Amino acid sequence: MNYWDQEQECMPRPPLENIQLRRLRETVNRSYAFVPAYKEKMDAAGVKPDDINSLQDLRKLPFTTKQDLRDNYPFGLFALPMSEVVRIHSSSGTTGKPTVVGYSKKDVDTWAELMARALVSAGANRHSVIQNSYGYGLFTGGLGVHYGAEKIGASVIPASGGNTKRQVMLMQDFGTSVLTCTPSYALQMHEVMEEIGIKASDLKLKSGVFGAEPWSENMRREIENKLEIDAYDIYGLSEIIGPGVAIECSYRSGLHIAEDHFIAEIIDPITEEVLEDGQQGELVITSLTKEALPMIRYRTRDLTTLDREICPCGRTHVRMRKVLGRSDDMVIIRGVNVFPSMVESVLLNIPNVEPHYMLIVDRKGNLDQLEVQVEISERIFSDEVKKLEEMGALITKELESALGIGVRVRLVEPKTIQRSEGKATRVIDKRKI
Amino acid sequence: MAKQISVFLENKAGRLAHVTRVLGDAGINIRALSIADTSDFGILRVIVNDPDKAYRILREAEFTVSETEVIAVQVPDSPGGLASVLEQMSEENLNIEYLYAFIGSSGNDALVIFKVEDIEKARNSFKERGIKFLEEQDLYRL
Repeated sequence: MNYWDQEQECMPRPPLENIQLRRLRETVNRSYAFVPAYKEKMDAAGVKPDDINSLQDLRKLPFTTKQDLRDNYPFGLFALPMSEVVRIHSSSGTTGKPTVVGYSKKDVDTWAELMARALVSAGANRHSVIQNSYGYGLFTGGLGVHYGAEKIGASVIPASGGNTKRQVMLMQDFGTSVLTCTPSYALQMHEVMEEIGIKASDLKLKSGVFGAEPWSENMRREIENKLEIDAYDIYGLSEIIGPGVAIECSYRSGLHIAEDHFIAEIIDPITEEVLEDGQQGELVITSLTKEALPMIRYRTRDLTTLDREICPCGRTHVRMRKVLGRSDDMVIIRGVNVFPSMVESVLLNIPNVEPHYMLIVDRKGNLDQLEVQVEISERIFSDEVKKLEEMGALITKELESALGIGVRVRLVEPKTIQRSEGKATRVIDKRKI
Repeated sequence: MAKQISVFLENKAGRLAHVTRVLGDAGINIRALSIADTSDFGILRVIVNDPDKAYRILREAEFTVSETEVIAVQVPDSPGGLASVLEQMSEENLNIEYLYAFIGSSGNDALVIFKVEDIEKARNSFKERGIKFLEEQDLYRL
């Protein structure tokens, strides 16, 4: 079995939980002392740092949401002065405020450590040539994986995303053994390989670490068959630290959450009750070692279950199932987070267009596609095709510039989109996830 | 001048059948029709015997409908008849958005429905040049 840090990853539960409690108390103390927004929330909930005396007491603490990050944009939740912050990442924030996250030097180190564990768990080592095709930049994927790959002493190709032909050429010429990218991009690379006549057997690829978007077991099989590799799921989100929060081991029956750095809970997204292990609900994560941006009971909106059975791999850390969906209506399309509310605000800004719409997400070939159906109204209807097509093109342009991804707009007859009775269904996700 | 009823139709099975059934059940007779289609949707354009009623009942049936002013031109029903009208319209710089043929005829003339950019200008030009067209009530009575 390959571990990066066997002591931490396979620590027996009692000492692990002692460490968790000590770190939880430190995190709560620091958050209460240095982050006014956390203090306000805890005061409002009537809980003081001294009330946290067991891991069970975590439940007394209020949740943190993406909205809290937005409300405290950009640095309001930081627990360190900016002089101690060495890195800032941010979500795309296509409408409204983006969410901003910061790292101390130690946080960057922790992150690299977590990514090192993840890569080793997925079969990488110092002899690996790791081609990192996650985007470099404000997105945490690129730099997160990069630091971990360097930490284990692998040879890193910082390929970033895009220019697929060159990606394939790099894989072939540099002897890439581990590929890291989104699962859909892995399949796209295979498509280009076929186009230019490169077979998987021509490459030295052994494994892939795929994440940043939901993917199914079917897709795993497809990637593994086509690229002739082992495909590992990785989980992370920038609010918590970035990629490396959880990773599959060689048994691939759930992703081990790095419990010496995070506490995971599952809640009912509506009642906010903490659920038993094995029950499906929303994953809530508390950071235990983050200095710059401590996160207390952060609601990830990702739906999964937790399994505390000890894994045959020897790791004692809890496993989360592959993410099954979202408790909000966010969809991730080609790595971009899309909320129906963003589409709605764009439509409301176009004169005479009614905000009756539906998002249809599908995977054509290997690429996710977004279709936005918009109900036609008498005010935009015309007997001339040209004018309707101009309207369609205008809506397309506005949506694309707001969402940052390609959109296909389809005008549909009125009243064909389900009206909201309580919670409207705004998204149909046809991808087999 | 004449009123054309235009209806938005999604490219889905049964939509055209539905709209014509709604008109038929209301006793409305379709006298001319054309469909403009794209990959996603179509626009049905009809001339009917009672456009105001057609407009009302289609709206009640929750179709997206509009009324459009068009002009029903009497075109000599002989080779070159339409060409001659089109040439004269071109000389007058009358921009045509679209046109389609009427199912019936008027005397010895065929009828062609024109949607033009500037309908007043078209009427005046037609009068000057002696191109015949039907007034609204005459058209619906055909």
